[in-house]
Amino acid sequence: MTDFSVVGKPLHKVDSLSLACGTARYTSDYEIHEPLYLVFAYSNVAHGDILSVDDAGAREIDGVVDVFHSFNTSSDLFTTAGQGYPEPSPYDTRLFNKRVRYVGEIVAAVVAESRSVALAAAKAIKIEYSELPTLFDPERSREKDAPCLHGEGAFAPLPVPYRPEENVAGEVLFSFGDPEKGFAEADFIVDETYRTHYAAHCAMEPHAASAFFDEKGRLVIVSSTQVPFHARRTVSKITGIPARMIRVVKPRIGGGFGSKQEIILEPYVALAAWKFKRNVKAELERSEVFTTARTRHPMRVRIRTGVKNDGTVTALEMDDVMNTGAYGAHALTVLSNAGSKVLPMFNKIENMAFTGRAVYTNLPVGGAYRGYGATQGYFAFNQHMDGIARRLGVDFLEFVKRWHIREGETSEVFKAIGEGTEGVDQTIKSCKLDECIDRGAEEIGWKRLRGKKISRGSVVKGVGAAISMQGSGIPKVDMGSASMKMNDDGSFNLYVGATDIGTGSDTILSQIAAETLKVPLHMIFILSSDTDLTPFDTGAYASSTTYVSGQAVLRCAQDIRSQILSVAAAMSGSAPDDLALKENGIAVNSKTGEELPFDRIACFSMYSHDQFQIQASASFTGSESPAPFMAQFAEVEVDTETGRVRVVKFVSAGDCGRPLNPTLVEGQIEGATLNGISYALTEQYLFNSKGKMTNASFWDYKIFGTLDLPVMKTIVVDSDEPTGPYGAKSISEIGINGPAPAIANAIHDAVGIRMNELPMTPEKVLRALRERGEREGGA
Amino acid sequence: MKGTFFVNGRAKEWSFVPEATLLDVLRANGHSEVHRGCDEGVCGTCSVLLEGVLVNSCQVFAASVMEKEIETVAGIGTIHEPHPLQKAFVESGAVQCGFCTPAMILAALALLRKNPNPNDKEILSALDGNSCRCTGYVKIIEAVRLAARRMSSHD
Repeated sequence: MTDFSVVGKPLHKVDSLSLACGTARYTSDYEIHEPLYLVFAYSNVAHGDILSVDDAGAREIDGVVDVFHSFNTSSDLFTTAGQGYPEPSPYDTRLFNKRVRYVGEIVAAVVAESRSVALAAAKAIKIEYSELPTLFDPERSREKDAPCLHGEGAFAPLPVPYRPEENVAGEVLFSFGDPEKGFAEADFIVDETYRTHYAAHCAMEPHAASAFFDEKGRLVIVSSTQVPFHARRTVSKITGIPARMIRVVKPRIGGGFGSKQEIILEPYVALAAWKFKRNVKAELERSEVFTTARTRHPMRVRIRTGVKNDGTVTALEMDDVMNTGAYGAHALTVLSNAGSKVLPMFNKIENMAFTGRAVYTNLPVGGAYRGYGATQGYFAFNQHMDGIARRLGVDFLEFVKRWHIREGETSEVFKAIGEGTEGVDQTIKSCKLDECIDRGAEEIGWKRLRGKKISRGSVVKGVGAAISMQGSGIPKVDMGSASMKMNDDGSFNLYVGATDIGTGSDTILSQIAAETLKVPLHMIFILSSDTDLTPFDTGAYASSTTYVSGQAVLRCAQDIRSQILSVAAAMSGSAPDDLALKENGIAVNSKTGEELPFDRIACFSMYSHDQFQIQASASFTGSESPAPFMAQFAEVEVDTETGRVRVVKFVSAGDCGRPLNPTLVEGQIEGATLNGISYALTEQYLFNSKGKMTNASFWDYKIFGTLDLPVMKTIVVDSDEPTGPYGAKSISEIGINGPAPAIANAIHDAVGIRMNELPMTPEKVLRALRERGEREGGA
Repeated sequence: MKGTFFVNGRAKEWSFVPEATLLDVLRANGHSEVHRGCDEGVCGTCSVLLEGVLVNSCQVFAASVMEKEIETVAGIGTIHEPHPLQKAFVESGAVQCGFCTPAMILAALALLRKNPNPNDKEILSALDGNSCRCTGYVKIIEAVRLAARRMSSHD
């Protein structure tokens, strides 16, 4: 194996000391000269037409500059989803809709000289609604008498299924083989329905955006965004401000997880700033992040599987109804992923069908969330397969090994589903899932604990497992770019469009450049995501940065390397082929042994002869999306008296190709895993009968803290992805897919109940235990 | 109103409205290392040390802590001379997005000042008021262990 000096090493994150010392700046830390403050007013009805907006009281308050709303501000239809252009999400919303569709929808924006004045003014706005019948149950959305949420011109900019008259925001249908024949051949059919719930990302930094004018009168938007380039495009489109007059700057971002792959605040601050030629700041409160920013789409997943007694799976049908809430942000693509990231896993099933519909309801808006539909799909898939394995009397892990996709294999699903378009055929070139399963099973003590139901008083122990795969970017859609220049001391500036939102991508991309140029990491200075200064990138989503943006950096650095070798050759009077790089930035002439350090090469090219600056740029779009794989294991204790489930230990074993920075890889897996455990057990949106979220607070929406932690073990299984930069695949999302099903399977192992509905709260566990008791008692 | 605060060892005289929280006043006066996470006293992102005690600065009225000693993460070490905890967080990979990090480091510092050799249970208890969504806490706990080892062997 090739010996690397920078990639594969647990080097320190390049921005971490500034973050630990408090010098790094987030959006709200930018000092903006005499800003106006922008604050929103929200709909308190779930569905209704706005008859009037009385803003007189608000405007009377001293310090109020303006109040924007649907009666004085129009915009074209657009989507808030920060995706490639044209977006696969429907254009179904405006800056201020005259018809509101959920409690928490933005109905007005106040700008004022202080935040407290803006808040007071927002409260003083009086809005008269004509309420409309509400639709809260996604499974009723397509019924004839269900209220229709979107009628007035909403459309899909891509040629994709979109039927607002049926409340269908997106539809994905495909099948291959002959499912009917497959079911006919089965000895038994397992038909189960699973439900996943609304969840919030809970990035510690609430959404924020500031707009200010530079000395030339251009508008600079600093935003907590995962998609600065999409943000500029969308802001320009909605506000009419020419894109050339807008610069979007991404500072440090306090976590995203998908929540900031959305254009929420930027158009409003831009609109107000442009109108008054004043600087404007906006920052959401935590409760607003819960209700008005984005959520994980809830999903009902029904799986029917035909099985022969010898364990052959003859057919599988997955039927998903996804609740996209009031607007269709990411609806089609999250829905697609519930099939496209899940069904290839068992690629040996010859007959498959997928029916997916994303439907509108009068509830909060779904969006991108780490896992992006795969999380919902895998919750169902893993429990379903665990149930089938039990019925067959075989070990779940052995059953998985018989059916899962392997190196050199493909799946019909890859071709069938893409993101809004048809998919991209691909062969899996790296997959160490078996090793993940074996090492994870060993670590959790699978053989020792599985099926043993070890109990102590009312507490019973169980273990469960789950497997998953994700992708590395969206093939033929995601594009990353990089440029680089060499300085006269032999250091390099690296400019990338890729957006580090806390993931460590600045570090990974710097490592790729440093490895290619054989310099230590501290010789690379990276600047990411500034629409004026860096080249384009689609953004931080879809597990794309390491794989897609990483290839752009690799190509760019390779170009720089060949320029360095050419200059060195000229300096030493040899052919470039005689020159090679060695560690610490030195070019060596293999014929003469002469060593030319990078600072001399750079100075030579800048000052001495045929002067030019050594610099390059490159772009990359993946033609495939190699999947990372993961096996996850939960050891749980179920208290049969209280219904409480405690995760004692959790093991994640993942294959992301060659881990370019093992510490950062572990960090991604650990963070995703704990988020997944918390999602499975405690996090949930509670709504009253009017569709209002009643727990929009960290007091009542429980995310895990240190005292809730299980013992966490992370195993990074090396593989080598031949299409990846230095053998890497991506890793940021996959870890969130396994916790919920692994815990559900562990609960079943302990006490024999199936938790088909998330979250698995003590109430639900207790109810399921009682129902089982009654069933058994009655039988 | 006006008041004097001893922030990171220096006296600061600041004007503020009576209902301003300590978080408001610190951020309004350039202490952007103190972050606003929830403004409701749960997530701990805004924690500072008040007379050595860890508090959520969003829940403290500035008017109630005039003349008091306040420490933020910028006071315990700098990018050129970091504190052992800051170094340990960097070396352990405990910093991802970094938004919770300054407060997390202060929570750890409050613990280590009282208890230089904490066991894991004591570390977990000390950090429970500080939420992190990126790391799963694993490497944060490793960082506190590492800093404790180094600080007690040097002191």
